[in-house]
Amino acid sequence: MRFLGAIAAALLVAGAVGAAEIPQADRRSGYSFMKPDTKTMQDDDTANPGMLWVLDGETLWNRKVGSAGKACADCHGNARNSMKGVAISYPAFDKATGRPIDLEQRINSCRTNHQQATPLPFESRELLALTALVARQSQGASIETGADPQLAPFIAKGRELYMQRQGQFNLACANCHDDNWDKRLAGAAITQGHPTGYPLYRLEWQSLGSLQRRLRACITGIRAQAYDYGAPELVELELYLMSRARGMPLEAPGVRP
Amino acid sequence: MASALINVPAKAKRGDIIEIKTLMSHIMETGYRHTASGEVVPRDIITSFTCRFNGNEIFRADLFPAVAANPFFSFFTTATESGKFEFEWIGDKGFSETASASISVE
Repeated sequence: MRFLGAIAAALLVAGAVGAAEIPQADRRSGYSFMKPDTKTMQDDDTANPGMLWVLDGETLWNRKVGSAGKACADCHGNARNSMKGVAISYPAFDKATGRPIDLEQRINSCRTNHQQATPLPFESRELLALTALVARQSQGASIETGADPQLAPFIAKGRELYMQRQGQFNLACANCHDDNWDKRLAGAAITQGHPTGYPLYRLEWQSLGSLQRRLRACITGIRAQAYDYGAPELVELELYLMSRARGMPLEAPGVRP
Repeated sequence: MASALINVPAKAKRGDIIEIKTLMSHIMETGYRHTASGEVVPRDIITSFTCRFNGNEIFRADLFPAVAANPFFSFFTTATESGKFEFEWIGDKGFSETASASISVE
């Protein structure tokens, strides 16, 4: 009887853990699932289309906008120095709103508060360009998102959403990206879902896109109602995924198939 | 905002075969797509790319709707003398962009 009890307890523990998370040593970037030609495209700055947005970002960085008549450069100087290592901590805790915000939202809050300009729409070329410029300065640096203890409750919420079955297909993110990442779906690698390259150029999109765009596409794919751009749930999911990818090098701007 | 990325070696030895890579930002709208209300999205593509070296044309390509967005070209030439590569992209809706890069040949 005592023996059976031990089994039951073991099962309970296993049940509580739920979907098995990927051990640190087995974590793989989406990059490692790609074909050599796509890898080459990402690695070569003059072949990586994401660099076109970085180039645009440099122009925008120095352009004075808003009623304050300030450019990003007027406060932050050269992005190559001042933005080094910034993107590896995003989404980060925002004191003003008491919530995590992602890099796009941080750029827009800077625009609203310091440049007194209208915020840029999500997925606009301008916002993607500035985000790509900032993220590019952390290329190769290890992701540190989630180190701030104030983020803990939001990471927990993001994780809950990641584990939550939803949509007509009744699938959670974890069902594919934790449990079946080594398999293929309609010929494409499923991957582990580490957002190491955002904003990134997807060949399928023929454009650069944000992590929120990617998440919305995935949510639509499981036939659930996608959250609006900037929704707290999306940012929490971004936050969980980035904290889950801690220690992996940032590749922005990445290239994916 | 149109931007180009050019990769030409800054230096080469006479007779070396060098690789030239160019990337131009462009949506390359095929003209075959429709909006949700059924209207055709007008074609908007780059139709021609030319590279000249010291005024002489060394590479030319015609582009068609099947070419993906942000066209990337890679081609080879022999380094003969120092000079300037000039690149030109021409397309629909009056699209016209140029870029240049210099090489010193020893």
